[in-house]
Amino acid sequence: MSTPQDPNVREQPAVAATGTSREAILSTKGLTKKFGGLTAVDSVDFTVDKGEIRCLIGPNGAGKSTLLELITGQLSPTDGDMYFDGIDLSDLEPHERMDAGISVKFQSPHIYESLTVEQNLRVPLNRTDRDIDVVLERTLDRIALAEKADEPASDLSHGEKQRLEIGMAVTLDPTFMILDEPVAGMSVDETDDIAELIRSLHDDGMTFLVVEHDMEFVRKISEQVTVLNQGSVLTQGPIEEIEADEEVRRIYLGENA
Amino acid sequence: MMDVTLPPRLKRIGNKLNGPNTLGNSRAFWAAFAVGMIVMVAYPLVRGSYAAGQFSLFLAYGLLALSLSLIWGYTGILSFGQVAFFGISGYTYAIVSLNLGGPLGQTVALPVAIAAATLSAFVLGYFMFYGGVQDVYVAILTLVVTLVLETFMAQTAGSEWSIGTVALGGFNGIPGIRNFALGVEGASISLSGSGFYWFVLGILLLAYLGARVLVNSKYGYALVAIREDAERTAMLGYNVKRVKLAVFTLSGALAGLGGVLYATWGNYMDPSVFSLVFATIPIVWVTLGGRESLLGAIVGTVIIERLRLWFSVNASEFAIVFVGVILMTTVLLVPRGILPGIKDSYVFFSKHGIRDGLERGRATIQTRIRAWLESLGVGQSDTETPPSSEVVRE
Repeated sequence: MSTPQDPNVREQPAVAATGTSREAILSTKGLTKKFGGLTAVDSVDFTVDKGEIRCLIGPNGAGKSTLLELITGQLSPTDGDMYFDGIDLSDLEPHERMDAGISVKFQSPHIYESLTVEQNLRVPLNRTDRDIDVVLERTLDRIALAEKADEPASDLSHGEKQRLEIGMAVTLDPTFMILDEPVAGMSVDETDDIAELIRSLHDDGMTFLVVEHDMEFVRKISEQVTVLNQGSVLTQGPIEEIEADEEVRRIYLGENA
Repeated sequence: MMDVTLPPRLKRIGNKLNGPNTLGNSRAFWAAFAVGMIVMVAYPLVRGSYAAGQFSLFLAYGLLALSLSLIWGYTGILSFGQVAFFGISGYTYAIVSLNLGGPLGQTVALPVAIAAATLSAFVLGYFMFYGGVQDVYVAILTLVVTLVLETFMAQTAGSEWSIGTVALGGFNGIPGIRNFALGVEGASISLSGSGFYWFVLGILLLAYLGARVLVNSKYGYALVAIREDAERTAMLGYNVKRVKLAVFTLSGALAGLGGVLYATWGNYMDPSVFSLVFATIPIVWVTLGGRESLLGAIVGTVIIERLRLWFSVNASEFAIVFVGVILMTTVLLVPRGILPGIKDSYVFFSKHGIRDGLERGRATIQTRIRAWLESLGVGQSDTETPPSSEVVRE
């Protein structure tokens, strides 16, 4: 499975899993998005290093989702540049960005309700040249849905749907995974499952950008936290520093810190 | 007989025909399909050449329905424009075949007409999908294009509207299109009556089997994925615009094939193919038969068109009203359409058995009717257990 010729395993940089690399995988320069008179993302310079789990927090309306949608290409920036792995993203259509190694899990579960769990995973796999059956089995195990492979996706619980969507994104073997509120509306157990899944994928060398409100969950997975406020980066650092920061406590953590 | 092991080559073809995106995949389905085909092939022998000639129109329409099922049922793009490609192809066939003349002219006109329909679909599709037109706006835009074509063709009565020796003829259209023929002068076959019927039946069969292979392929998964959630599909790396354009173009070609057969069937083309009624009737066929079923689309077409013919003979202008009533009843009773309804009841009865199934079915219908009557405020006293809302009120 781990020979370099194996088409099912994308070659990962050896240092990535250790998290010590300082090489940027994603960087934005002066990224700006205006909706009419509203500036949702205001000249953001933002960098994610290879192999880290970066959490993005901030109050509602801080521009977190807009920033993600600019990275995935669902929105076009008003101004600024984005680079991913040395490629200028602004030239790429959304599906081309996925080919470059970005994957995304949307905020609310976006799965194919009328298809079975297995068929859901087959949709992304069909366009790859990977060994479909092998990857399918491994992914089903990983997201712990092997027993429900033949059930319609509409019958899954909310947590299972979230896991399935992460599984669909994982089948593309991305280097960079964007998760928009992966544990919203989940029970404690389900949240732990997702944290476990993220850590296991991270051990394989995947870089994560996670938007999340649940600080408990952020503490479980995060190495670095970026705080967004009113479209700009307020501060950035390890979770302990962020939680101790007066400014952050005032604008965001306030009542639950 | 059904247990004979198939040669590997035939089996491979069989595997491509079957899959989760078609309703009927079992041996029972294919056995029923074979019986149906035998009946269809024998139809002209039993009912005679004239009836077969009449019926071949419904089969030509079947290609139009198949094209709508692909683009709407499978890909989720509601298009009123299939009749536009159908009509463009028919008109092109008329113009080319009448200008060139002879069986060779007709043979050449066939690919030219289909190419015209395909190109039109490609151009319209390109501007729609790459221009970001989505959802209901595709329906509106395709309808507008169709109606504009009607208006345009209807005003072509003057002699200045001629292409070669063929006058477009305005409302009266182009008469004198010859029966379908293939070959060159002196070595050609001309098809009418039973011969034309078998020809159209063969084409429809090939188109149906081809469409089955398509929807059960990896490409078919992509179509269904786009229908279910286009944004998710793009974010799994699919070029959604290109897939939509490709299937829209293919559907245009299929509709165009139907258009040629239509033109040679009636020996004329007129602007009514672009009319509002004709633009909406494929939606009715496909809805009635089951839009997520290729065979359903064809069956729906034959049922509606057979009834429309019967009604127009016996009840003249009320035909369309009756068709509307039939559509409403069907949609209320089996929302997914006739063939999916049959499939669902087949699955239901093989799970519960005939007797138990009938009992459950009766109970379900009773409950539904009772609930419906209660919602109208009728027969409340008959119910043994009052609905919970009443208990609360009292």
